[in-house]
Amino acid sequence: MNNALIFISLSIFTSLVSFLLDKKKTILGFKKGFKMFKNIVIPFLNILILVSLLLFIVPPQMVVKYLGAGSGAIGFAIAAVVGSITLIPGFISYPIASGLLKQGASYSTVAVFMTTLMMVGVVTLPLEIKYFGKKIAILRNLLNFIIAIIIGILIGIIL
Amino acid sequence: MTKKYIEKIKPYVWLASFAVFTIGSFWFGFDPGKTIYQSFTKSFIEMITFIPFLFIIVGLFDVWFPKEKIEKHIGKDSGIKGILMVVILAMLQAGPLYGAFPVAYILYKKGASIKNIFIYLEVFSTLKIPMLGIEIGYLGLNFTLARTLVALPLFIAIGYFMEWYLKNRNFKINDV
Repeated sequence: MNNALIFISLSIFTSLVSFLLDKKKTILGFKKGFKMFKNIVIPFLNILILVSLLLFIVPPQMVVKYLGAGSGAIGFAIAAVVGSITLIPGFISYPIASGLLKQGASYSTVAVFMTTLMMVGVVTLPLEIKYFGKKIAILRNLLNFIIAIIIGILIGIIL
Repeated sequence: MTKKYIEKIKPYVWLASFAVFTIGSFWFGFDPGKTIYQSFTKSFIEMITFIPFLFIIVGLFDVWFPKEKIEKHIGKDSGIKGILMVVILAMLQAGPLYGAFPVAYILYKKGASIKNIFIYLEVFSTLKIPMLGIEIGYLGLNFTLARTLVALPLFIAIGYFMEWYLKNRNFKINDV
């Protein structure tokens, strides 16, 4: 609920400022925003269904055991590898991440899962190779993998 | 004709089967179905109370800070200002990573430095504003702030490393 309040007040504030500055631009902005929202709403609902199903099927004890604070390096490694090989659009992965946290996964594990998901693209690697060549594409993904792990560890320390 | 039709209804198949499943569960008193529906409603409310507002902000951002304008400023400017511009440009984007490669090619053609091209890719993949908004909504402001502040210096480091590594190696990006 807190979240909603922040986003609602922020959007009202920006709309107001924008409206006072330029009416036409503001309406165009609304239209653009609505179009983007329309594009994601159905995939988003689908993923919410999937997450609801998974939350029911996968028992919290199992998530805690493999991805929780006590799971140590193994949970961390599972999250890093799964994150690297799967390709889930960013906005869709957040409900999953929040579900994992609710089920007892640790912050650093969720962070490494999210960051590898975004930064390391085994599935998109062939395309990246076409643009950059084999050596650079692989080097970049390898560096990203290392950095994602550093980010995961640091977030675990900070939060 | 039929193929086009199938493509059109495909995204709704999940939704429709879920609706049927839920109605069935309530009809026959199937408890797991009810629990799943309750969990769905909860996450649906969670989502619908902030995502539409997020996109109002994103849409306004898009008209007030057009990407084309920023692209012009990147050029050969390799100083701090160049890095800042590249970070902002990448943060304003939307979409999956494979959409970033063609832009990287355009930046390369326009003469952006190697460092800035790689910083662009890194920031694009993890720090896009619409995504950060959703992340704040789901994982909290602290998580997003921590992740951004930890990631950004590392990304700039990657940019410098790639520039150093590729300096005399005939770096080029192909047009696919």
